[in-house]
Amino acid sequence: MKVKVIVTLKNGVLDPQGKAIQQTLNGMSFENVSEVRQGKYFDIEVKESDESKAKTQVEDMCKKLLANLVIEDYKIL
Amino acid sequence: MKSSVIIFPGSNCDRDMDVALKKFGFENQMVWHNDEEIPKSDLIVLPGGFSYGDYLRCGSIAGKSRIIKSVINFANSGGLVLGICNGFQILTETGLLPGILQQNKYLNFICKNVFVKIKNKENKFFKDIKKEVLELHIAHNEGNYFCSNDELKSIEDNGQIAVTYCDNKGNDNEENNPNGALKNIAGIFNKNKNILGMMPHPERMIDQFLSGEDGSLFFENLIGSL
Repeated sequence: MKVKVIVTLKNGVLDPQGKAIQQTLNGMSFENVSEVRQGKYFDIEVKESDESKAKTQVEDMCKKLLANLVIEDYKIL
Repeated sequence: MKSSVIIFPGSNCDRDMDVALKKFGFENQMVWHNDEEIPKSDLIVLPGGFSYGDYLRCGSIAGKSRIIKSVINFANSGGLVLGICNGFQILTETGLLPGILQQNKYLNFICKNVFVKIKNKENKFFKDIKKEVLELHIAHNEGNYFCSNDELKSIEDNGQIAVTYCDNKGNDNEENNPNGALKNIAGIFNKNKNILGMMPHPERMIDQFLSGEDGSLFFENLIGSL
């Protein structure tokens, strides 16, 4: 089955790319954009039919590789 | 003294490091990332570069490569490990050093000479260096050191800050911070001070005609302290 994961920077962690995107949007006449935080999205195909087993495994992947928990949070969709 | 430089796909400072280590008397060997064993060494170096194309996060894929288990075992048994630039990023991703190197604050790749202040000399990496401030070279996009407040307190309490960005007189204030790094941190140790990760490249400063010689002081001390 397919498991989807979103990795984002934790609140309070500086996001210079998000800031640059926000400023560009403001410059493109989207003046009302006050903040952009960017992140990563993963589509993971796991050979496992049991949803909770697959998600437990993906959670382990998030902790060990996909996210760096010093600065990032992950969300399994 | 024997040293090993690990080569990852995308490493590009491995040969400079090899030249530097040999110049100051190390018997150096190059080790491929896909090997499992590291030949007997007194020092392991993770060189600069862009291992695995900086995919996912800088150093994250190299941090899970085949050779890394041996590096971790070597480090945990007290062996001397040095990570420069991408090597520093790899060391944080393996968990051997706390924190992480984020993208530079102003999103620019920085390539220039900087001054760094030696903050702790009670370790093999810096102990007999007479100077307090070294001129070294940096070249990175992700050198903005960050860690949690708790970690920062523990790093400071244990004297784990190795070098900080400063001016030529040693003022390590915000004005002399090139990349936004927390507390101007350019390099840190682990608790036992046998692992050093730093963004500046001492191997680029070993020739007075090319650059400068403060890197020579670093390698001379290193071979002398082993």
